[in-house]
Amino acid sequence: MSTPIRDRILQALVPADGEGKVAHGMPEITVPAAALLGLVHRLKDEFHFDMFLDVTAVDWPQRTPRFDVVYHFYSTTHLFRLRLKARVPVAEPVVDSLVSLYGSAGFMERECHDMYGIVFRGNADLRPILLYEGFVGHPLRKDYGKTQEQPLVPYRT
Amino acid sequence: MARDVIPIHRAAASSNAFEYFSTKKDEFVGWARKFSLFPYPFVTACCAMEFMAVSSTPYDTDRFGAALPRFSPRQSDLLMVVGTLTHKQAPILLKVYEQMCEPKWVMAFGACATSGGFYQNYAAVAGIDKIIPVDIYVPGCPPRPETVIDAIMKLQDRIAGDRHPILTDRF
Repeated sequence: MSTPIRDRILQALVPADGEGKVAHGMPEITVPAAALLGLVHRLKDEFHFDMFLDVTAVDWPQRTPRFDVVYHFYSTTHLFRLRLKARVPVAEPVVDSLVSLYGSAGFMERECHDMYGIVFRGNADLRPILLYEGFVGHPLRKDYGKTQEQPLVPYRT
Repeated sequence: MARDVIPIHRAAASSNAFEYFSTKKDEFVGWARKFSLFPYPFVTACCAMEFMAVSSTPYDTDRFGAALPRFSPRQSDLLMVVGTLTHKQAPILLKVYEQMCEPKWVMAFGACATSGGFYQNYAAVAGIDKIIPVDIYVPGCPPRPETVIDAIMKLQDRIAGDRHPILTDRF
């Protein structure tokens, strides 16, 4: 039943410099970071993806560009999910914020900024949400030490 | 952060008669204190479920005089740290501990509070004893209610056998 919408999305939305495929029954579109905002605009307006589920990132230390920023959307009209990936380099880990389209993106972008250091251009409030003020680095990046701690209270000796 | 904790010193005995009376006084005060443990549950994680089980009817910590939780650290004697402590929460735990009046005891409830449990990462403190002194550790993930009751009884034994000076050199 959901096959037509899946095919229509892949036909209409995959840009020339992007990549579209079906992974585990879910369409997955990879785009350059610059094309993200325009694509999500079309996704929301034309294909009724009205629910922003999550944003996170994947760190590929050996790859250039190093990060995938991964978005999940849901359409309550089509009862259908979609995954979107934007590739960003470590030198300039910037993507456009989706707060103007989905209000709920604000907190999730803050979390992603905490954990991976992705900068969401247009999100006015990127303060730490799960980490604390003064935390140096981004703990879910692969180059952050597995046992590296930053205690707020000096340990008893 | 400065840590201004009033230590309980052993009363210096001067004579046998003084020692006799002070020991009797310690026994009496210890007996009173061991049956009036007012716990402050500093509950941070899933061990809370086991804490509820141990305080409810089938296991009933009220039998040990340790059932009535005080939700203000100023009114409590036993700080029960139930669950994982994160670095973000460590200053809060330290503040709660410092707000408690002497005499006070601390129980590390469960594997995470004892040693960090299976967490070894940027977020978790590997045991609350890195932040505050701990009197008794309860193993288990989560601990069985019997383990908690055993810990309370062991703590009571310790309190009963302890010195309880009324005056310390600080006041």
